[in-house]
Amino acid sequence: MSDALKVADLSVHYATREGALQALRDVSITVPEGQIVGVVGESGCGKSTLINALLQLLPENATIPAGRITLQGEDVTRANARRLRQMRGQEISVVFQDPMTALNPVLSIGRQMRDIQYRQPGRRAEKDRRSAEMLARVGIPDPVGKLAAYPHELSGGMRQRVAIAMAALMRPRVLIADEPTTALDATLEVQIIELLKDLQKEIGCAILFISHHLGVIAELCDRVVVMYAGVAVEEGPVADVFLRPGHPYTIKLIECDPGRLKEKVADLPAIPGSLPDLTDPPPGCIFQGRCDRATEICATPPPRRVQHPGHWAACHHAKPEGT
Amino acid sequence: MTAPLLTLRDVVVEFPAVRGLKALTTAPEKRNVRALDGVSLDVASGETLAIVGESGSGKTTLARAINGLVPLAGGTVHFDGMALHEGPDWHAVRRRMAMMFQDPVGSLSPRKTVRDLILEPFAIHGIALKNRRGKALDLLADAGLGPDFLHRYPHQLSGGQARRVGVARALALTPALVLADEPTAGLDVSVQGEILNLMNRIKSGHGLTTLIITHNLNILRHIADRIAVMYLGRIVEVGPVERLLTAPAHPYTRALMAANPEPDPTARRERIVLKGETPALNARPPGCEFHPRCPVARADCAARVPQLEPSETGGRVACHYPLSRESLHA
Repeated sequence: MSDALKVADLSVHYATREGALQALRDVSITVPEGQIVGVVGESGCGKSTLINALLQLLPENATIPAGRITLQGEDVTRANARRLRQMRGQEISVVFQDPMTALNPVLSIGRQMRDIQYRQPGRRAEKDRRSAEMLARVGIPDPVGKLAAYPHELSGGMRQRVAIAMAALMRPRVLIADEPTTALDATLEVQIIELLKDLQKEIGCAILFISHHLGVIAELCDRVVVMYAGVAVEEGPVADVFLRPGHPYTIKLIECDPGRLKEKVADLPAIPGSLPDLTDPPPGCIFQGRCDRATEICATPPPRRVQHPGHWAACHHAKPEGT
Repeated sequence: MTAPLLTLRDVVVEFPAVRGLKALTTAPEKRNVRALDGVSLDVASGETLAIVGESGSGKTTLARAINGLVPLAGGTVHFDGMALHEGPDWHAVRRRMAMMFQDPVGSLSPRKTVRDLILEPFAIHGIALKNRRGKALDLLADAGLGPDFLHRYPHQLSGGQARRVGVARALALTPALVLADEPTAGLDVSVQGEILNLMNRIKSGHGLTTLIITHNLNILRHIADRIAVMYLGRIVEVGPVERLLTAPAHPYTRALMAANPEPDPTARRERIVLKGETPALNARPPGCEFHPRCPVARADCAARVPQLEPSETGGRVACHYPLSRESLHA
């Protein structure tokens, strides 16, 4: 099985008045063909920077001091503008968080979907037929009629389906989903998750699914990467990471989810403290300032301790299973 | 049980659907949409009632109707001995009823320091303070913030800290009722626990009555005594929190609770995925408004409008064929 997307030791810095803000540090993520890999993390963990780096859409003050991003064997960080334009939307595409702003409000759905196929041969009618087929596949009623509709005529859930249809239209090898259910209600969230699952099976793409919602990740993904303050702190198969987390941050994060507490508690768990200053991150472990297991050794870079085959945690104190 | 602090009867709120000249050519019954359509509720002194429902179900409109930010088109609201539907002295009402708005940073004026923001309620109500700094420090301490926050501006606060300032402001005048609109919206899970603990602690300390509006189902068990579930501007089920979470009687409540993805990869999923989306307010289905999406709807559900009636599972439910405890495990 080959890898659809591979991020190796990627660092991204932003130039600011206070100095270089180290938004991502040595992040490695592998998305094998046909798998769904989740990235979970809270505000400020670097999720958005990661997506922008994958698409090479970083703002001007960003630099990539180290690392490689390979999309089907090709280094994206070295691709020229023309090649990047070929890739985006065709080989790698994104479903954004907010379906209200992801679509162009002044163009009809059909026109926007036709535009995506600009590289495809075929007549306009042929392209519209493909668009309508994809709309039907994502569960939009009256797909042919909807081609003439404008985004404001659709509800939030329908718009997110259209955004997914657009992202999947060119059958990309990698689909990035950036919190695609956050702006939606609970009953719609479930519909969208089921849709992504079906679509993944059907067009066989790899999905990088980014979310802060542990429940959604647990339900949808094969593997999960946990990020904190620009660092990947743990990675493994979803069931392993959720049932036997190794990194103190992952353990705390799962504990904090009130959904797992089936009895009323007087004091809900929380992680005291706040994110470290990323212009001057502490040496060693990034989580040490908020960690109750922190000791002197945590000021040195933490090793990746293997918990199980395929499951590691970057922590001095993480112990492998059974020891 | 003591007399309710807040009583709503058949509250109706309408918004104009068409404006200007077009309204003249539109049939009168189509000029407005009903965002709230006959909501009745009692909130007892000291209890926490959570209002849940999806976007457009009327949760926020309900809170706004209670504190007079939108006019009532019908019904009555009584609060703390005052009839709010009869044009009360809102200044006096709002001294007893505080609102926490949804957006923690956006609800704070960007040009004021935390100190000014916290003392603003006293200025608005013309209350002289002997020791302004001391009062501000006390309120900050209650909200779990240290003295170094006094001179900060909202943009220098994280979401959780801004939410704490919102809590301090809401509690400044020791109100009887707090209306909290999505108190956990936009907060990370590692922070939301702290805010909810803070609210719980203050609630028991001050004997506060709270109405919490939320779509975060995970927190209900930990903050609420009772839950009211809204759909299309009506209450479809209301009851004690554990009952609604474990034995919902309305099919919509059950679907809503089951829709919540759990962070347990081994959990068994027996979920009813609802078809379609919430209908628009100007296209309310006839009969039971949930029937087009209801997995157990029968023929007469489209004909008769269900009323809120006592349910077998201990609350009140608006459904012709409510689910029983047995059917949950069938």
